[in-house]
Amino acid sequence: MSAAGPARLTWLHTRYQVLEALRVPVVIVSTAALPALVFLVFVVPQAQGWQPVEATAATAQLAVFSAMSVALFTQGAGIAEDRALPWDTHLRTLPVGAVPRFLARVLMCMFFTVLGVVPLVILAAVLTAASVTVSQFLLGIAALLLAGVPLLAIGLSVGFSMPAKAALAVAQVLLLPLAFTGGLFLPPEGMPDWLAAISTWTPTRAGRELVISAATGLELPSSVLPVLAGWTVVFGAVAVWAIRRDQGRRFR
Amino acid sequence: MPEGSPARPVVEVEHVTRTFGPVTALDDVSLAVEPGEAVGVLGPNGAGKSTLLSLLAGLRRPDAGTVRVAGGDPRVARNRARIGVTPQATGLPQTLKVGEVVDFVAGHHRDALPRDEVLGRFDLAEFSRRQCGALSGGQQRRLCVALAFVGNPEVVLLDEPTTGLDVPARMGLWDSIRSFVHDGGTLLLTSHYLEEVAALAGRVVVVDHGRILAEGSVDEIRGRTATRRVRFSAGEVPDEILTGADVLTQAPRWELLVADSDRLVTELVRRGVEFRDLEVTGASLEEAFLALTGPGAAA
Repeated sequence: MSAAGPARLTWLHTRYQVLEALRVPVVIVSTAALPALVFLVFVVPQAQGWQPVEATAATAQLAVFSAMSVALFTQGAGIAEDRALPWDTHLRTLPVGAVPRFLARVLMCMFFTVLGVVPLVILAAVLTAASVTVSQFLLGIAALLLAGVPLLAIGLSVGFSMPAKAALAVAQVLLLPLAFTGGLFLPPEGMPDWLAAISTWTPTRAGRELVISAATGLELPSSVLPVLAGWTVVFGAVAVWAIRRDQGRRFR
Repeated sequence: MPEGSPARPVVEVEHVTRTFGPVTALDDVSLAVEPGEAVGVLGPNGAGKSTLLSLLAGLRRPDAGTVRVAGGDPRVARNRARIGVTPQATGLPQTLKVGEVVDFVAGHHRDALPRDEVLGRFDLAEFSRRQCGALSGGQQRRLCVALAFVGNPEVVLLDEPTTGLDVPARMGLWDSIRSFVHDGGTLLLTSHYLEEVAALAGRVVVVDHGRILAEGSVDEIRGRTATRRVRFSAGEVPDEILTGADVLTQAPRWELLVADSDRLVTELVRRGVEFRDLEVTGASLEEAFLALTGPGAAA
């Protein structure tokens, strides 16, 4: 008749969220297969004769794309879908507070972000000149998770503020513009000036630069951290507002 | 506990009011359930049963009044470890296996029942490795009810536990629930079937329009609802004859629910009311119960 502790509850919910998501093939396809496919079609054919740094950068930018699709779909659309399910209401009757469940969502997001990178890294290592040291690899993963924070905030804002169908549509609408303006598909060097100006201010571009810098040792543009922080603050606030509004509607 | 001092009620609802916009779902409701007691809350759809249950489960908070379950506020997560609640049958995570769902709920508790014991008690042992989405409706229902007992709770809240089940499945589930009460657990269930409440609960609380209309043992409530349905065609009927009757329709075709149909017919004849096509039928428990909660019943 006594409840388990918060750490155990966070771990429990993370485990089951991951397990539930892994049983849905669409989740695996969208998180792991899609970025790998884009890499195969757009990057590998052009990668002949690339320097290791260029190939590593191309891998890094698709890793950010993978993190974004996790944040928008697994989190954003997934949360909106879960909220509509009676099971989500039932979870509120179990002896678990809001914090372990929220942390579990974040951890689950991190798990799928890293999972999405696995096929990319294998393809890059086998088919391109990309190469990193162990410390660069670990730094790159850490940078990716950091770059994922504003994306997660956007995902949470979408997931908690609108119904499932709208959330899915908004996620789809956001995905490609954020990817293109962020230079996740085509490198920003080829952008026209006006687009390059916009690009600097996007969370995806900032994320891309952070991960590339960590994985290759290239210099980090000074705009990156303020841009990431700015998006995190703005959408963090939207997410908090949306979560409160949702909880108030359903559980007050 | 000192001898003779009564144990504190496991469920304490004191002067609780809860509105949803313009709708008053609960209107100054008070209810206490003693340890080891089994109480059935009976009422039609929209009576306020589900709202009451959601307050007890910690899903909602009252606008006024207090709710305490197992000695604490159910809004506090830790206190919910002593409460077992049933999810809606359609609400099980479709891709998780039966055993996994039980383990997941058990993971919230330090002293959960062993998985095999839960599955065995609710006749689900053979489905442990099957995904919830592949269970039949009846099996899902059993699993949902079973989940309320996983955490070894002090009090179990059941919302329409056997709605939609066939008779053997219903009987089986009732047996499982009764064994919990037999072992000293406290049960509060809602239903719109008096039969279900009679099978599981010792005390009945009848609610409608957010208020408690009647309260008593199953036999008392049954007695109050021993009703006959009388239909006949006639013009005016003197008011004295209608005293105590529940008038469902008026002239030209009257339909009344009364406690004593013999007296009513005798009165009609004695007072020379011209009537024809007289029909007297026993009201079902459901109808009798509707008479208790229907318009004019509270007056």
